[in-house]
Amino acid sequence: MESVKNKTFTKAGDRIFRSLSTGSGVLILLTLATVSGFLIWQSLPAFTGSPEAAEGDLTGYLLPLVFGTIYSSLLALLIAVPLSIGIGLFISHYAPRALAQTLGYLVDLLAAIPSVVYGLWGIMVLAPAVQPIYEWLTINAAWFPLFSGPVSGTGRTILTVSIVLAIMILPIMSAIAREIFLQTPRLHQEAALALGATKWEMIRLSVLPYAKSGLISAGMLGLGRALGETMAVALVLSPANVISFNLLTSTNSTTIAANIALNFPEASGLNVNLLIASGLVLFVITMVVNIVARRIASGGQR
Amino acid sequence: MFKRKLKNSVVTGVIYATFLLALLPLISLIWTTVSSGLARFDGTFFSSSMRNVIGEGGGALHAIIGTLEVTALATLISVPVGLLTAIYLVEYGKGKLAKAVTFLVDVMTGIPSIVAGLFAFAVFALIFGPAVRMGFAGSIALSVLMIPVVVRSGEEMLRLVPDELREASFALGVPKWRTILKVVIPTAITGLITGIMLSIARVIGETAPLLIVAGFTQSMNYNPFDDRMMTLPVFVYYSYSSQGTDAQAYIDRAWAGALTLIVIVMVLNLGARAIASIFANKTRSNH
Repeated sequence: MESVKNKTFTKAGDRIFRSLSTGSGVLILLTLATVSGFLIWQSLPAFTGSPEAAEGDLTGYLLPLVFGTIYSSLLALLIAVPLSIGIGLFISHYAPRALAQTLGYLVDLLAAIPSVVYGLWGIMVLAPAVQPIYEWLTINAAWFPLFSGPVSGTGRTILTVSIVLAIMILPIMSAIAREIFLQTPRLHQEAALALGATKWEMIRLSVLPYAKSGLISAGMLGLGRALGETMAVALVLSPANVISFNLLTSTNSTTIAANIALNFPEASGLNVNLLIASGLVLFVITMVVNIVARRIASGGQR
Repeated sequence: MFKRKLKNSVVTGVIYATFLLALLPLISLIWTTVSSGLARFDGTFFSSSMRNVIGEGGGALHAIIGTLEVTALATLISVPVGLLTAIYLVEYGKGKLAKAVTFLVDVMTGIPSIVAGLFAFAVFALIFGPAVRMGFAGSIALSVLMIPVVVRSGEEMLRLVPDELREASFALGVPKWRTILKVVIPTAITGLITGIMLSIARVIGETAPLLIVAGFTQSMNYNPFDDRMMTLPVFVYYSYSSQGTDAQAYIDRAWAGALTLIVIVMVLNLGARAIASIFANKTRSNH
């Protein structure tokens, strides 16, 4: 009798536990489905709705935002990629071993600093600091099309935003770079050195080729972060509804995320739907970037 | 040969220089936050709200309470869901469903925080009308960001538990669910706690979703299920972006809030690492 009771108890316990944990997995599935479902449903009025948000208006509204989002993130990536490779190599191959571990620690900690703090620093410290440089560039390097004036008097330009974004994605990117560099097979490196290669030649011939796919996916992950970053952009940028490649002027394309953060608290009616529609676009962009990153990463492992 | 050696030294120099260059803004960031934040890092800041404060004085108590409540609720939702999902993926998951869940957790990791905020808004607006603002909606938004982090770290930790332990337990006739509860989870518990603390640190500084669904207020609000609720990151943002007549007082409060945030995040991070290393040493010395 006792054992029968025990057995049913065991079976019931197993069934409950199994369905609980499976249920949680399914819950995640449902959450994601509802996220996309709700976003689509709430943004429908902006696509179909009333005359003032006609089809032409919508694309006219979204296009500069999409442009600004991608432009600022690509600039940030351009700055962050060489720096993160440099930091990764420094920690993995150049710094003394004891120091390297502390530095790795430090980099991890920096990844945790909230974005609003980066934004505050960007506008209070970085923007005033780079403004004189921007002024100099518009006068002396105006032949370069991206540097054409008139210069922004506050330094709150898309270039400043990209620098802040680059600093924000540096920790995570250099942490990944460091991990990959450390995983390079010892034998490859020793073989290169034994053949008389200098340290740089060893890195170029054995470490970098090994790390290539990992570095690409680190870059894509950094890009995904920069695309969705909100507060730093909202605080630093002085926005305008334009498409402009100029780096140093006060009319800058803003990003989707910053635009939502700045306008949502006061929005009502159809504007809410419009902002949610832009959020949906951002969701799709970041999702594509992240999926590509994973593909590359898993391709590298195979 | 000389040319190759020269190139080698140049590259070495460049790498040292990049490292120092990258360190520069980060040192500046921490230095400014600490030096500007200390101006208002005082008793009043931690003991009063902003109600009826114009100009100097006032504090962030309402924001700190808000942050603690919103984050605690988010943790209460995310930890069970996240850990159970991790258990599902490691112990039960097979076939298409497990693959789909793994993929979706990856996708979820990449959701921009502001989109999570919009999602929570869309759900709550459906129930409470389009003007809804409440702390709990913020917790839902944070959970969307937190769950994938908990799943990832939990999965990693559970996979580290050697299969021999599970098999030994099964061989003694212990049912699977008791094996998981009594053998697998206790073995992995330090790793799990570390992961949870790091995931809290990850969401406690989120601003954008809370700006959208929790709103902002100058007064104390202890009830996360009703009305606007201030949180620390939003407090920092609003102190800067809507400065009153005495601008310096607002900026000082913004920096003090930023410093508080950094301290909280650092404590969580260092605490997590301390737990991990203390217990790692203990288990090693037992063997």
